[in-house]
Amino acid sequence: MARMSSRPRSGDNPAFAPRVVPLGDGAVMAELADTLDLDANAAAHRIAADVRRNAPEWVVDVMPALVTVTVHFAAETATDAAAHRNGATRLLLEALERAGGASAAPPGRTVEIPVCYALPHALDLAEIAAVTGLSAAEVVRAHVEASHRVLMIGFVPGHPYIGGLDARLAVPRRATPRPRMERGAVAIANGQTSIYPFVTPGGWNVIGRTPLALFDPGREPPSLLEAGDAVVFVPIAPAEFERLAGARGR
Amino acid sequence: MTVKVLRPGALATLQDLGRSGMQHLGIVPGGAMDGVSHRIANALVGNRVDAATLEIAISGPELLFEKAALVALAGARFEAWIDGAPFPDARPVLVRAGARLRIGRATAGAFGYLAVAGGFDLPVVLGSRSTYLPGAFGGLDGRLVSSGASLPLVADAEAVATERFARAIRKRHAVELAGGAARSVRWLAPALTVSTTDPTLARAVEGAHAKQFTDAARTAFYRERWRVAPDSNRMGYRLLGPRLELVAPTEILSQATCLGTVQVPASGQPIVLMADHQTTGGYPKIAEVIAADAPAVAQVSPGGAVRFLAVKFDEADAAREALARRLSELIERILWEFGDDDD
Repeated sequence: MARMSSRPRSGDNPAFAPRVVPLGDGAVMAELADTLDLDANAAAHRIAADVRRNAPEWVVDVMPALVTVTVHFAAETATDAAAHRNGATRLLLEALERAGGASAAPPGRTVEIPVCYALPHALDLAEIAAVTGLSAAEVVRAHVEASHRVLMIGFVPGHPYIGGLDARLAVPRRATPRPRMERGAVAIANGQTSIYPFVTPGGWNVIGRTPLALFDPGREPPSLLEAGDAVVFVPIAPAEFERLAGARGR
Repeated sequence: MTVKVLRPGALATLQDLGRSGMQHLGIVPGGAMDGVSHRIANALVGNRVDAATLEIAISGPELLFEKAALVALAGARFEAWIDGAPFPDARPVLVRAGARLRIGRATAGAFGYLAVAGGFDLPVVLGSRSTYLPGAFGGLDGRLVSSGASLPLVADAEAVATERFARAIRKRHAVELAGGAARSVRWLAPALTVSTTDPTLARAVEGAHAKQFTDAARTAFYRERWRVAPDSNRMGYRLLGPRLELVAPTEILSQATCLGTVQVPASGQPIVLMADHQTTGGYPKIAEVIAADAPAVAQVSPGGAVRFLAVKFDEADAAREALARRLSELIERILWEFGDDDD
């Protein structure tokens, strides 16, 4: 049995206390930090890439999240689960060792995302202005001028969690989630921006909407964004939103 | 050649074994809710285990076969009729051209799998033919099977049906059904994943945040007879029972979730994540249903009950290997009936 919560050398950052724990009987997860540490986030993506490069065929998925990396190895009919659990733990521990304390994020791509920050799309903009004491125009400017970076893609296909929100826009999730978020809704909460690829329920505060398809299964790659991408939000008028959305055939 | 849908049923989708290797793009594994029964249905018509099947929930569709086809319905037990005569489940059935298969309500279990020899002829989207409803892709244009839809079969499905059925009755004579509307065999495959106990027992290992719950919550979780809520779906089963409280409010950074993860949102009502589960989540996880028992949980209908049993990893691994062995023995047995041993 491999060490299931081993703590390898933690590098230069004393805040890091990496450990590897099982996640059910079909996955193991490396936890790199217990707060949203941007160095840990960058390390999670480096470690995931490392594990993916060295993964044997029984690894079915390698999932970097905000400050964790999970290796899924299960299928309900697979045998040798114990060997795979030990093997996946070893893959993560070795990748953790190699990642060490280095923290510089490799430069990713820069992706421009046009956003209409006006009604009928910006459902919660007035409320956020009221809560933060800013004008609606200042909220938009604060959102546009910040340096945003994709921290992970998760929840549903192509759904980004984007860090870098201006501290003045730190608002919690809405007390009651909306049953229907529009496709392309740009929303903020918990110091992050998210964009809803599909019509789903959602609890974040909607400040605009993009006409771009965040996810298209027929496109290569299907997800518009990937972890590590820098994101630049470009304000557009409602007429431009309609023109771009129409060009996509909506 | 196609199968025409005359009536859609409650929640019928085309599924295979799902997608892997793309969770970092948020692409959920999906696939059959009960992958074991999906595999058995395919084996019963001589298909590879990863061919697409029609997954039928709770109440089934009515289908018209334009040409003869070899079909099998495995998993949950349904009331079903072929041209008005009882349709036998869990075995290969050769239906003639023009036959109507009417599948009624499930009488045991929740999800049935209808396999057709040769398989449904669907485009592969991101490595799978599985329908993913929230993203509207895979299967039949990413949608539920609806009235008037045509389910495409491979071009030589009729020839494949005749050839495979002839092999299936080489050892033992065929059974005539519905005055010749269909022919079947004298054997059947047992269901491996539909619970014979009530409540269904689901073994589970400790969740990543189990220690953040109160002792009372952890005791209640393993003692309670949980009811599956009516608003459960392919993403998750909501469980009705006592509120599970945390020792203190907690903030969990979104991290990976698994098939079988039992997460507890602020309402205190647990949710078991199922095939179309989100790839990540930020709710505390009290337990994880073991892989071997996830299909049995999938087979609990809304209103049905489930009870959890705490196990350790060695038991989880032994259970998984036992299920894998039972499935491969069953598939061997089906191959023997098809006469593959003397080819």
